[in-house]
Amino acid sequence: MKSSVITFPGSNCDRDMDIALKKFGFKNKMVWHADAELPKSDLVVLPGGFSYGDYLRCGSMASKSKIMQSVINFANSGGMVMGICNGFQILVETGLVPGVLLRNKYLQFICKNVFVKINNKQNKYFKNVNNEVLEFHIAHNEGNYFCTQDQLKEIEDNDQIAINYCDENGKIEDQFNPNGSTKNIAGVFNKEKNVLGMMPHPERMIDKSLSGEDGSLFFKNLINNLK
Amino acid sequence: MIVNEQVAVDHGLKKDEYAKICKLLKRTPNITELGIFSAMWNEHCSYKSSRLHLKKLPTKGKKVIQGPGENAGVIDIEDNDAIVFKIESHNHPSFIEPYQGAATGVGGIMRDVFTMGARPIANLNSIHFGSPQHKKTKNLLRGVVHGIGGYGNCIGVPTIAGQTSFDSSYNGNILVNAMTLGLVKKDKIFYSKAAGLNKPVIYVGSKTGRDGIHGASMASASFDEKIEEKKPTVQVGDPFTEKLLLEACLELMAGDSIIAIQDMGAAGLTSSSIEMASKGNLGIEINLNKVPCREAKMTPYEIMLSESQERMLIVLENGKEEQAKKIFDKWNLDFAVIGKTTKSKKIELYFDEEKVADIPVNTLVENSPMYDRKWKKAKLPKKNKIKKEDIKHLKIIDVLKKILANPNICGKEWIWQQYDHTVMGDTIQKPGGDAGVVRVHGTDKAVAASVDSSAVYCWAHPLTGGKQVVCESFRNLISVGAKPIAITNCLNFGSPENETNMGEFVECVQGISEASDYLKFPVVSGNVSFYNQTKDQGIKPTPAIGGVGLIKDYKNMISMDFKEVDNLVLVIGKTEGHIDQSVFARTILDEKNGPPPEVNLFNEKNNGETLLKLIDNNLIKSAHDVSLGGIITAIAKMCIKGKKGININKPKYLINQIEYLFAEDQGRYIIEINKKDFKKVADILHKNAVHFDELGTINENELFINDKTKVTIDELSTSNKSWLTNYMSK
Repeated sequence: MKSSVITFPGSNCDRDMDIALKKFGFKNKMVWHADAELPKSDLVVLPGGFSYGDYLRCGSMASKSKIMQSVINFANSGGMVMGICNGFQILVETGLVPGVLLRNKYLQFICKNVFVKINNKQNKYFKNVNNEVLEFHIAHNEGNYFCTQDQLKEIEDNDQIAINYCDENGKIEDQFNPNGSTKNIAGVFNKEKNVLGMMPHPERMIDKSLSGEDGSLFFKNLINNLK
Repeated sequence: MIVNEQVAVDHGLKKDEYAKICKLLKRTPNITELGIFSAMWNEHCSYKSSRLHLKKLPTKGKKVIQGPGENAGVIDIEDNDAIVFKIESHNHPSFIEPYQGAATGVGGIMRDVFTMGARPIANLNSIHFGSPQHKKTKNLLRGVVHGIGGYGNCIGVPTIAGQTSFDSSYNGNILVNAMTLGLVKKDKIFYSKAAGLNKPVIYVGSKTGRDGIHGASMASASFDEKIEEKKPTVQVGDPFTEKLLLEACLELMAGDSIIAIQDMGAAGLTSSSIEMASKGNLGIEINLNKVPCREAKMTPYEIMLSESQERMLIVLENGKEEQAKKIFDKWNLDFAVIGKTTKSKKIELYFDEEKVADIPVNTLVENSPMYDRKWKKAKLPKKNKIKKEDIKHLKIIDVLKKILANPNICGKEWIWQQYDHTVMGDTIQKPGGDAGVVRVHGTDKAVAASVDSSAVYCWAHPLTGGKQVVCESFRNLISVGAKPIAITNCLNFGSPENETNMGEFVECVQGISEASDYLKFPVVSGNVSFYNQTKDQGIKPTPAIGGVGLIKDYKNMISMDFKEVDNLVLVIGKTEGHIDQSVFARTILDEKNGPPPEVNLFNEKNNGETLLKLIDNNLIKSAHDVSLGGIITAIAKMCIKGKKGININKPKYLINQIEYLFAEDQGRYIIEINKKDFKKVADILHKNAVHFDELGTINENELFINDKTKVTIDELSTSNKSWLTNYMSK
């Protein structure tokens, strides 16, 4: 399986993502934001970081990068595109996934482990994941997912919510919402479920010496689903 | 502007220093030249009050590749890998403007590290605030934490450990010390020594603006009521540009075009160009019209003294300009050839085709003033005798809860959860332990780092305090299973012109020297920050020690959380019952006098090295050093972290229970071992003449003392974790 990780000026989880993808069998290529063409890929990842310093609005300038037109075309033709953290912020700016990401409710950067409940397994990202709840890691300042009531109805009707913040038993309640996201949303799909944006970083959970191993579960499953 | 003595005094120079400048130049300097002298001769850049004493520090060792004098120190961690590290203060700007002050402190220290060719792999910090009740404290704390996070998080370097304290002596002068570790190949280390004639001098990074002019001079003076007027002297950081600069510099460093490189930190273009010339015994000629400027009509004076951030000066090999420019273009950074190296041994500046400065380099560096300031030796205070009636009404659990909730001991999650501590995917010990640990990327090795200070001990007796801080750093590294290698120090003191403050400095340095020499734990880099003083009130002496150690196989790392029920818990090191200057004495008995705990370097080294032997033999399940709050506080933290309880029984000592549990004697650790290993462990400890106590056995979730007093770990955890969050949300 071939993957591409896009590096924008200010990306800082690109290396971590490259390592994670390779660890689970992807042949990964790093792609510079100013390139026009995407290499042939089964998966494109927009990594975390502070593209363009988060200036103007998180993800907004990166969404206009030269490579993004190719990424958008790739997504629109059914290609798998995953945006993590700042990558999620870029995805909402392109309109590939619905909603916006506001500043965290308590106006603070948060770096810690969280639990997320998988809401929809009928897609290549989460199909065949045995667990209902995964322990992931978040590190962000603007992860407070927000959308209009109409949008919310639409994404619920289309089953576009990917994961919700919850406790270790899968209980989705306000007290387990780290950043104030609408309905505890931690990740959403596009309608077709080939594009996923999520705040948590599975690439930081791929080794038992690190914050945990549920990221390994996620990547192992992902590559199998793509085969 | 005509330069005279008054103008010089306004620049922070003393009258005799101005006279010396005129004598060295054999004429009156012009305003640009005076600005340059004032920037190079202030305390912050010239170390004029401290140089004499810093010479005493042991700086050499088998693992030392580069000691003090470069942008940062470098140590060998084998296999052609080296760690570059340094700690630096950004105290004055952080008090004036906490967010930017702290942010640029982090930016500055990271630049010092990647200037040497190393990719930063970990950040740490030591931050000190006034009393929690002081009206400024909360906002300063919030601003500093946001600033540190805002910069470090954006660059994508994990903040893996730190220290936060509160003390009313910092009410008017907070301390913000930032430390960075970087990883480099031993044969790809870059230095700041220029070499060769007619080599192009290159300016890269952000444009030069009017921010931070006289920043270094500001950091070399005490505060008074006009402090708000100093805001313009605080630099404004842009972590995004720094991230680009980091990547661009590392890309350029992969080739062989750089002769010397130096970041523009304090005193900006002035100190960077002069340091490169001075180290290379050369001259430098700069055309200031070529310097990329952010604002129109900047004068030579402003260009030379600006402390705009995210800038570097590079001496390149001839003919490599185009190739280098391409890299900086790719990262959208300014790149300008602004001058060349010369044989004149002078710094010669041109602006609008006129020579605006012409100063022999040695007058700025070697001839800079050096003072042997007067200082007062501190007396060892008399010991207090604890009166029985003062303690007989105390309930141990209540005291413990109070201590766990003490601002200097309580859990600091509110702070470190705002720092990205997991980016780069190698953080194997997060903040909240004895030391932060990151793997050496792609290897089995790991590097541990900790930052410590003990202002109360240093204030009570500077010589002992200085030794103690080094020992504490040593212990923190050993507690995670790392072999201590070297330290960096950030020496935060009041005014050197005050004999008591100067005495504190001299004796703390003496203490640091003795301990670091004995423990073979040399000082490889550091920084001095004097004038942490508002009017006549100086801070408590606060040398901060950043220690670095190596774990050969990261899988053998130790953490402090209790692991398993029924395991045995021992105390390594003898408890004499030293209560003076302990948290117990100061906060429970309200007794602020008396000597700090004695430091016995032999025991410190022997106990620590023996614990490392136990760790090497895989006999240790968890470990934690005993520091503030004594044995019971250390135990409680291990319980809280491991979500386990313990039954402890005080060994039959002459000292009473309170003394045993709350004393802050040095050189001690708590260890957890498996019952079946007891004999092996006891043998090794006996053989090495290390005293130990059998303290108790781990249970599910309660702390029992002598089978009578008990409390649940949840209750202790609440006491420990809630103070800071509650304080910040009020």
